[in-house]
Order: sequence, then structure tokens, then C-alpha cells
Amino acid sequence: MSILIDEKTPVIVQGFTGQIGTFHAKEMMEYGTHVVGGVTPGKGGATHLGRPVFNTVKEAVDVTGAQASIIFVPAPFAADSIMEAADAGIRYCVAITDGIPAQDMIRVKRYMRRYKAENRMRLTGPNCAGTISPGKAMMGIMPGHIYIRGVVGIVGRSGTLGYEAASQMKALGIGVTTSVGIGGDPINGSSFKDILELFQDDPETKAIMMIGEIGGPQEAEAAHFVKENMQKPVVGYIAGLTAPKGRRMGHAGAIISAFGESAAEKGEILQECGVTVAPSPADLGTTMAQVLK
Amino acid sequence: MDIHEYQAKEILKDFGVAIPAGGLAYSPEQAVYRAKEIGGEKWVVKAQIHSGARGKAGGIKVCSNDHDIWEVADDLLGKRLVTHQTGPRGKVVHRLYIEAATGIEREIYLGFVLDRQSERVMVVASGEGGMEIEEIAVKTPQSILRQSVEPAVGMQDFQCREIAFGLGLPAAMVSQAVTTIQGCYRAFRDLDATMTEINPLVVTKDGRLLALDAKMAFDDSALFRHASISELRDKSQEDPREMAAADRGLSYVGLDGNIGCIINGAGLAMATMDMIKHAGGEPANFLDIGGGASPERTAKAFNLVLSDDKVQAILVNIFAGINRCDWVAEGVVQAVKKTELKIPLVVRLSGTNVEEGRKILKDSSLPIIMAETLADAADKAVAAWKQATGKA
Repeated sequence: MSILIDEKTPVIVQGFTGQIGTFHAKEMMEYGTHVVGGVTPGKGGATHLGRPVFNTVKEAVDVTGAQASIIFVPAPFAADSIMEAADAGIRYCVAITDGIPAQDMIRVKRYMRRYKAENRMRLTGPNCAGTISPGKAMMGIMPGHIYIRGVVGIVGRSGTLGYEAASQMKALGIGVTTSVGIGGDPINGSSFKDILELFQDDPETKAIMMIGEIGGPQEAEAAHFVKENMQKPVVGYIAGLTAPKGRRMGHAGAIISAFGESAAEKGEILQECGVTVAPSPADLGTTMAQVLK
Repeated sequence: MDIHEYQAKEILKDFGVAIPAGGLAYSPEQAVYRAKEIGGEKWVVKAQIHSGARGKAGGIKVCSNDHDIWEVADDLLGKRLVTHQTGPRGKVVHRLYIEAATGIEREIYLGFVLDRQSERVMVVASGEGGMEIEEIAVKTPQSILRQSVEPAVGMQDFQCREIAFGLGLPAAMVSQAVTTIQGCYRAFRDLDATMTEINPLVVTKDGRLLALDAKMAFDDSALFRHASISELRDKSQEDPREMAAADRGLSYVGLDGNIGCIINGAGLAMATMDMIKHAGGEPANFLDIGGGASPERTAKAFNLVLSDDKVQAILVNIFAGINRCDWVAEGVVQAVKKTELKIPLVVRLSGTNVEEGRKILKDSSLPIIMAETLADAADKAVAAWKQATGKA
């Protein structure tokens, strides 16, 4: 099994006909993702990449039975698109878009709560590389070939550091059930803890690689979840040892603004809570190999 | 994006927050003239830099005659103020704000932040104003009052009253407090702020509630819909290299080390810097060149990193996902030739089209040190730096 997506998940692309949406939709289809169509308001009725284009997400869901959506809509309009997906009955949404205003994300999260938990859409991102269940389906912008199928679940904020982890593991023959990017923004759809819960319940996932960074409370929250609820081993790393306080390191959320938000402090919390912390980012693969022994 | 105190006050004033009479001055003459306009017997001359704790750095002076105002203004203008928030290089004072001095009865802290835990706007208040909130949190944590704002309906008056009564304000001042808190909240919400701080908010001897200092920061991602806020940007307060980077769509943070970094992705950039430290070196900068690392972008990144004269070696680490290694390699070769690079360069490529990328670097016959893995890259960069600087 994998979490969130597999080869059967019917996926639509919001921002389908744009340059970025087109490029990645093509890559996703080549990888084997079951892309059933896309949405671009005003272009409904057209066919793009051999798939139907719809004006609204509701129409796309009605016609194609789409259950998942990936969003490439530009930042000023992306929050609106996420809410449209939530309202149309999409079950899982990946928001790739970088630069969505933080207060828009506050509204998005509040809006999603108007649906009962069992009908509520799950969102990962924004500002992430997406989700991939190797050999099955990819909803994202990652290079699919660096992932092999296996037993490790990956959850991380950063795209490229997640690639680094996957390729270090691949070099050691360790594969992945699903890799989930939760994104580098201060307010995101799913936290580390949310994804750990899914991996905990996935029988195929034997261990989890969790890659955090400076800023925010989510790594510490996840650490406590690991201590209290996880039965599977977790390997962790927190990037940003050299980051000075109060400086934003690229990601909107990667800023040490409060006590406990530095890489060293978070690493300590992870360690205290039973996470095996990799001694350096070059040891992500080897640390996982030891844990799996 | 940060703005100046006087700009924050003007914004908050429009939202109903009471502030003391004041005016801006760019010269000692203007400062004296402003004081005359304001009237009264005592004025405060305040250096406008993007930092708190200006008082301790000598950036805020109380004056009671023209001569003092002139002297203080003359001294402050053009001066570099160093506070614990500015970093050791400090920030230069180009503007002064002249304000009527206020008879203070008591000082209150009032702040608004985006709380990442609750994912809501959080109002934080304390009766122990004047100190920084971190200090209050350590010294008198029990004095801190919090209200979390439900995003669907916004800040409610009862929440403001709870803060006002919680602060022990007299009943007669509660409606003023509600106006102040609601005004700050509306400014925060309407203008996509990420932080608003009034410290101190003072109760005057004549029973008024005044914002004596004000600080606002705005969400860079939301500036597209607030042209009036973008206009308040004061480039003199920003690091010139970081500004140049931002203007080129790159994300750069200058640090104190000697190994320049050019990396794609914020997480990988931080991890690579961690590795440099592990290998015994210090990174000179954070630099994320983003997903689409075109040759032009790569060349710009080299220029930017080389503009820091502390840089004695460069490490390029690209994990190509969206972009391709051969494309990045082309950019590196072009940049090395164009900049006539004299310092050691270590390049590690990984991901899409990695073989083609490595071939381009090799065929260029430039003295580029190739690395296979992250650890290898950091080790080679530190070794090359040590060798080049005779530290080996």
C-alpha cells in the first residue's frame, strides 16, 4: 500500500493549460498518474494533452469522478482554487504554488473546517514538491526516477532535500512507499504529525524519514506524537544549523522567531522523543539503513 | 517587509489608533521646524531605522529647546545605529521623527502576530510594557494576555474588552482600548501584516491611550495587492546584496563565513550549509536559485556570491528536478568564464541528466572540482578553501 495516492487515484490538474501546469501534467501522466482532466476557468470544453478541460472543479468532479487535485494556479488566485477543490468534493489536494499570502492560507484552513471531518479534503502544501507513491503515481514536480518502491515513508518540508534523502536511500537499495512534501510555508495544509498518522496506519510503511527545518512548532509537535503514538521507527533531520535568528532562509516559514525553533533545539526535542536523528544531511540514507536492520 | 515607526503610526492612525502629534525631518533645520509646528515644551527626537531597541542604542532623545533638537538631529542623521536586531553592521539613520513628549502614567505592551500553532491571528498584551515581549515572557509570563481571532468573523469587541479589563484599565478607558485594539487588528488584516507591535501603548497623565511606538511588518507574498505598502519600502535599511538578489528572483542571506554557496531549493541550501560546518568550514551565504536554474540565473548567482569579498571558495550543489543538470552545467561554465573566477569551485550535480551535466563540466577544461555526493562536496569545498588560503 501507499498513502494518499496510487495508480488508481483519478487526478485533475487546476491550472491545467498554463505553461507550468502543462509541463508537469505531462510528466505526471508519463509517470503513470491517472490524470483524468483539468480545470482552467474559461477554457471549459477544450481538450488538452488528450484530456478534457473544465471551467469549474465541480464539473470536473461530476464528469470524471476525480478524487484528487493538484494546483499550479498562480499565488494570487491559489487560495481560491484550493477552496473550490474542497467545496467540489475533492478528497486530496496538493498545492504546488509558492507565495500564497499567509492570511489567505488562514482563511483556507478555516474554510476547510466547515466540512465534517469525514468529508473534509486533505491538503498538502502549498509551496511543496508534491506527493509520490513510487511506481504508482506522482502528484508533484519531483524527478520520478530518483525514487524506488519500498518500505520507507518520507515526509518533509523541502523539495530538493527530500530528493537528496530519496537518492541517498536509493543508493543503498532502500525504497519508498510514499513521499509527501508538506511545503515551506508558515501555514500549511498538513503538518508533520498529520502525515505521520497516515504512515502509522499504512501496513506497508515500516519506517519514516522526517525532514524538518528551522521555524515553527510542527517538528516539535510531531516529535511528541512519535513519543506517544508511533510504533514505527522514525529517522529525522532538521536543516538550518547555521541559520541566524530572525533571518528568513528562503522558505517563508524557515525563520527562527521564537524559543525552540532553531535546528539544534528541534533536533534535541526529536532525539528526546525517540526519533533517530541523522548526524548530518549526508547520513540520511545510512541512518535509515541502520534503523531498518 | 518592514516599515518605519512613523509609517506604521500613519497607517494605524487611519484605522483609529491615537498617536502623539509628530512629523518627519531629514535635516536639523526641519527637526526644529517640526517641533515648532507641533508646539509644547518637550519633544522626542527619534531615529527612524528598521529596528527595535533604538533607545538603548542612543537613537531616541528627549529635548526641551531648539538648540538641543538641532544638536541631537545633527548627531543622529547619517549615524549608523547598532542594536541587537540590526546585526553588527547596524543601520544608517536617514530620517528622524519629531514627536510631542507624552506624560506617561503607565506602559502597556500590545502585539499582533500570525500564530503558527493555532494558525490564526493572535493578540498578545501585557501590563509590563516598555520591555521587549521576549523579556516579558521570561520575567513576568503571568502578565501576558492572549486572544486568538476566529478568522471567519474577525476580532470581536468582547475580546478587546477582556484584554482591556485584564490589563486593569479603568472603566472609562475601555472603549478607547477597544477602538485601539480593533484598529490595529483591522490594519493587520486588511493590509496583510505579519506583525504589529505597539510597545509601549501608554496611558497618559490626562487619561488618554496613545501609541508611543509602533512597528509593522508585512507579508511579502501579499504585496501584490497592496501597492501603497510596497511604496513604503526603504531600501537604505536593507542589505544591498539581499536586495539585489530579491530583485533578480533569488533568495540570498549573507553570513560571516568564507565558502560561498549556490544551491537550488531552500532545504537543500540549509542542509549543504550544515554539511560545510560539519566539514569544518563556515558558509558565507544562503542562496537558493530556485527550480528553473537557467544559465542566466546561474551567472547572476555567481556575481552575487562573488560580490562578497569574504568568499574564498564556492560550492555549487544542484539537485535537478524541474531543471536539468546539463542546463545548470552550461550556466556554471558560462559564469566561470564570464567572471574569470580565481577562487576554487566545487560543483556537485545530481538528478535529471546528471551524466550530460558532468560531461559538460569536464569538457570545459576549466579547473572545476567535481563532487559526487553531498558529503564529498562539502569536504572538497572545505579542503579547497583551506588549501587556497593556506590553512591546510
